[in-house]
Amino acid sequence: MIPDDATLTTTGTAPEGGGRVLILACGALAREITALIRLNGWDHIDLQCLPAILHNHPERIAPAVDAALADHQPEYERVFVAYADCGTGGALERVCAERGVEMIAGPHCYAFFEGVEAFADRDEITAFYLTDFLARQFDAFVTRPLGLDRHPELRDAYFGHYETLVYLAQTDDPALTEKARRAAEALGLAFERRSTGYGDLAPALAAAARG
Amino acid sequence: MADEDDDLILSELDDEELVAQMFDDLYDGLKEEIEEGVNILLERGWEPYRILTEALVGGMTIVGKDFRDGILFVPEVLLAANAMKGGMSILKPLLAETGAPRMGKMVIGTVKGDIHDIGKNLVSMMMEGAGFEVVDLGINNAVEKYLEALETEQPDILGMSALLTTTMPYMKVVIDTMKEKGIRDDYIVLVGGAPLNEEFGKAIGADAYCRDAAVAVETAKDFVARKHNQMSAQA
Repeated sequence: MIPDDATLTTTGTAPEGGGRVLILACGALAREITALIRLNGWDHIDLQCLPAILHNHPERIAPAVDAALADHQPEYERVFVAYADCGTGGALERVCAERGVEMIAGPHCYAFFEGVEAFADRDEITAFYLTDFLARQFDAFVTRPLGLDRHPELRDAYFGHYETLVYLAQTDDPALTEKARRAAEALGLAFERRSTGYGDLAPALAAAARG
Repeated sequence: MADEDDDLILSELDDEELVAQMFDDLYDGLKEEIEEGVNILLERGWEPYRILTEALVGGMTIVGKDFRDGILFVPEVLLAANAMKGGMSILKPLLAETGAPRMGKMVIGTVKGDIHDIGKNLVSMMMEGAGFEVVDLGINNAVEKYLEALETEQPDILGMSALLTTTMPYMKVVIDTMKEKGIRDDYIVLVGGAPLNEEFGKAIGADAYCRDAAVAVETAKDFVARKHNQMSAQA
């Protein structure tokens, strides 16, 4: 069962199942990874999620992953870290190298959902991105931490140089698209929806599943 | 705090009480009250530079410390900065007229690919508050833009800012280009931004990494003083 979004944002989840391979993932990817596990019948894979809100303090991601690996790596034949660099400036890559585990290539999930190369080619510096998870958790990741609920007048200090909110959609969900559109409106940005599916996440997990 | 201050009349406070109240108002991000406080002090004959340093910079220093200690967060700092900006906009033209001390000159901008300027704006404001002349190049600056500004403005300091791990390596491009052109040592290069650290600053060849606006001001003052000392020693 997939935990609710609030749990995935703030708490994370312990490893579940009796598999041989552990995917240690960002909570923001729980639904997509669970869907891929089900779709492919990867019964040998367990999933553990760390709190997605770690992204609001990227310097905390590598230590959190390191601690989770220390706790659970010995219980598994193999662990795959379902994070990209995610603003850690190479710190997560160093942790994974030290512990001998693989991780997802690329700077962040926006890039691997769209495809790392395609994302880089776009070179969009004035785009603010949402994924399915972030569209659902927009208030928890953007509105409240930035104080926009209390001080909407700060909006342009944060977003004045952005032009477009790009919703990278993993699923085709009109209600979620509407949420993302409203987020764009709240930030005073143009709206664009791109259907990405799971992008590079699917082959990365398939490789991890095969070993 | 707000309730008990509702009936407070700023003009009835003596100077010391007023400055203390302005510290509180800055902390609470109350722009109009800060502007009123600045005007009252001007009417009482305070020099603009004294108002800037004692009332505004003094108050903002407390905000900076509490931000560093995790008591205040970015939204509160932005509101405080906005209030200080209100006060500074009254003082700025007067500072020029009254010949306030000049600490030095800085050219600052966010690097190519980076549009996040909250940190850069805070540094600019606090540097101005400390008596530096600041030439703000804005966002998304290519190396050519920095070099052109160094040539035309002849500052003491070059400041570069980045929020993204993907853009911060560009600082090295700028510094390396300065080295190639033989002008690196003509300037003090300070770098800052959330994902940077001291190690990164050293690795790219900056003079210093500044973790926040207050540190930037102190570092800038130190380096400018050292530069002047060196120049006097050579003279």
